Amino acid sequence: MNEQVQDKLKVLAESAKYDVSCASGGTSRKNRPGMTGSAEGWGICHSFTEDGRCVSLLKIMLTNNCIYDCAYCINRRSNDIRRATLTVQELTDLTLEFYRRNYIEGLFLSSGIINNPDHTMERMVRVVKELRTVHHYNGYIHMKSIPGASRELVNEAGLYADRLSVNIEIPKEQNLKMLAPEKDHQSIFRPMFYIQQGVLASADERKRFRHAPRFAPAGQSTQMIIGATDESDKEILRLSTALYQRPSMKRVYYSGYIPVNTYDTRLPALKQAPLVRENRLYQADWLMRFYGFQAGEIADDAYPNLDLEIDPKLAWALRHPEAFPVDVNKADHAMILRVPGIGVKSAGLIIASRRYGRVTASSLAKMGVVMKKARYFISCGELPNYTVNEIQPEYIRQTLTEKKKTKKEPDKRQLSILFPE
Amino acid sequence: MLVFRYDKTFEGLLTSLFDAYSRKTFPERLLSENEQLPMFAEQAHLVVTETAKAARVWTALEKKLSEPVCGMLMHVWLSELPGSDELLFRYMRKAFDSPSSIAGNFIDKDVLEVMKIARKVSREREHLMQFVRFQKTADDIFFAPVSPLYNALPLTLPYFTSRFADQKWLIYDLKRRYGYYYDLETASEVSLDKDEHLAGGKLDENIMAQDEKLFQEMWKEYTRSLTIRERLNPKLQRQHMPQRFWKYMPEKN
Repeated sequence: MNEQVQDKLKVLAESAKYDVSCASGGTSRKNRPGMTGSAEGWGICHSFTEDGRCVSLLKIMLTNNCIYDCAYCINRRSNDIRRATLTVQELTDLTLEFYRRNYIEGLFLSSGIINNPDHTMERMVRVVKELRTVHHYNGYIHMKSIPGASRELVNEAGLYADRLSVNIEIPKEQNLKMLAPEKDHQSIFRPMFYIQQGVLASADERKRFRHAPRFAPAGQSTQMIIGATDESDKEILRLSTALYQRPSMKRVYYSGYIPVNTYDTRLPALKQAPLVRENRLYQADWLMRFYGFQAGEIADDAYPNLDLEIDPKLAWALRHPEAFPVDVNKADHAMILRVPGIGVKSAGLIIASRRYGRVTASSLAKMGVVMKKARYFISCGELPNYTVNEIQPEYIRQTLTEKKKTKKEPDKRQLSILFPE
Repeated sequence: MLVFRYDKTFEGLLTSLFDAYSRKTFPERLLSENEQLPMFAEQAHLVVTETAKAARVWTALEKKLSEPVCGMLMHVWLSELPGSDELLFRYMRKAFDSPSSIAGNFIDKDVLEVMKIARKVSREREHLMQFVRFQKTADDIFFAPVSPLYNALPLTLPYFTSRFADQKWLIYDLKRRYGYYYDLETASEVSLDKDEHLAGGKLDENIMAQDEKLFQEMWKEYTRSLTIRERLNPKLQRQHMPQRFWKYMPEKN
């Protein structure tokens, strides 16, 4: 370990930072004697960078040399940036030393493509294999599967890694071909399919033999770039739904496009990354995974894009006033979850409490329900209030999106006490 | 008004509950042994802590309440918040008096409050698991100073002993002046007689392992390179990583 490695670490972290995924849960590795580390059922974020993103894994590239020339990527071959490559020894040392100091939850290994996909994948597999077999490392490993890698290598990777991922990057194939001429959807979906098959086969095997090896126990994830091409939110969400229906797909990440290659005219000229849109997509993703919403309810032909001003749940509620008001003392769990301002936790509290007595507006507020939003959509057997049916949805929208008046703003009726000289 | 005095231990609290039921009188306040009596206090009863009585109360509680709920009560005790003992007393009394479990009744003020405090302590426990930073000493012990808001260190032991099972470590709470040392077998409680030199949380460089400084430096550089400048959001960073932890973290020093 020396300053040279430190320099490489810097270069390769710069190159790896645009990968969003940092989840480190969904697996279970109990500590066993003679091994280093453990991984519990949920992930732990060990640090947060100044952009507010979590650092749970040592997110790093094996090399940032790449033979591809994808327009959206900082590591494309035509970019003039510093290139570096870590050796297997350097990478395993870094991982273990960081791990022992509780800096990280594990390793997230990715790589630029050198020579060909299989050659790259082989070198990555060598790193994770050495960590597991030589160093008896028992922490979390997330490994990128290179688009176009062969089945044998994906299968080997699955034996050592907890999670594998292949990034879709661009939702529509013709757009992907335009920006990344060397890639197509087949080269992405095929490794995804290999992973899925591996996971299913291992699950089946373990039913019969308790000690059969696990294959990528934390499943797979993928990532899409938002705002680099013309896909609507409806198309993006429809693709996510299709992906979530696959047995091993755990997470779809959305990454607001950051203009890294401003000289490329195939890309839109953005001043700022579409952060609000990215946030709304994540909210929609949560609605689909934890609140029982369908993609078609969140964005449809009439509203193909998500409302940037209000969150998708509120937007749905305002489009469907006929579903409200919901009586929190009687309605079922699924319907309570649909009320804007009530989350998974408060819905659980309401369901548990109402067996003991009437849930009132004041107890709702104490349980953590955002009454500012929820009061237009609920009734709790108290005096009637104005719900979305009595006042127009447009009015509610206006009230909720109104900018807060800052206290600093002076009252215009107050005369100035500063006299002109 | 009736007042109980006890020694401010958890066992003492359980014994006061035992005394209250055997005397059939319930106190309005719980005070420590040398705290001044409030005005209009007519009677004061001194609770003598007895392990056997405390154990009886706890077994009875375990029959009444589920395991996670008993864990929550423990969390509330570790919060060390003023009045949390009286809250626990009221909660346990309600639990005993009610024919069915009160655990889900969040309309009740005390039940909700217990849940909220337990959640806070649990979050602090998670913060410890996230933000503890070990420094390696020359004799291969990994040392980490902490000063959490609530006394959540004991709750993190299962995590640290399983995660770092093959290295010696010492996590020391500088605020409460005790810690845990793990010797590759078990973690045991220790308190150092002299810990003034640790106050800053930084090990002296001549007792640090040789490459410790380099790894701290590398980690700092790494987190800096990982930041996407176009998305700076320091408020979000502070929300997730409270500033009170920064003083012991190499990436923030």
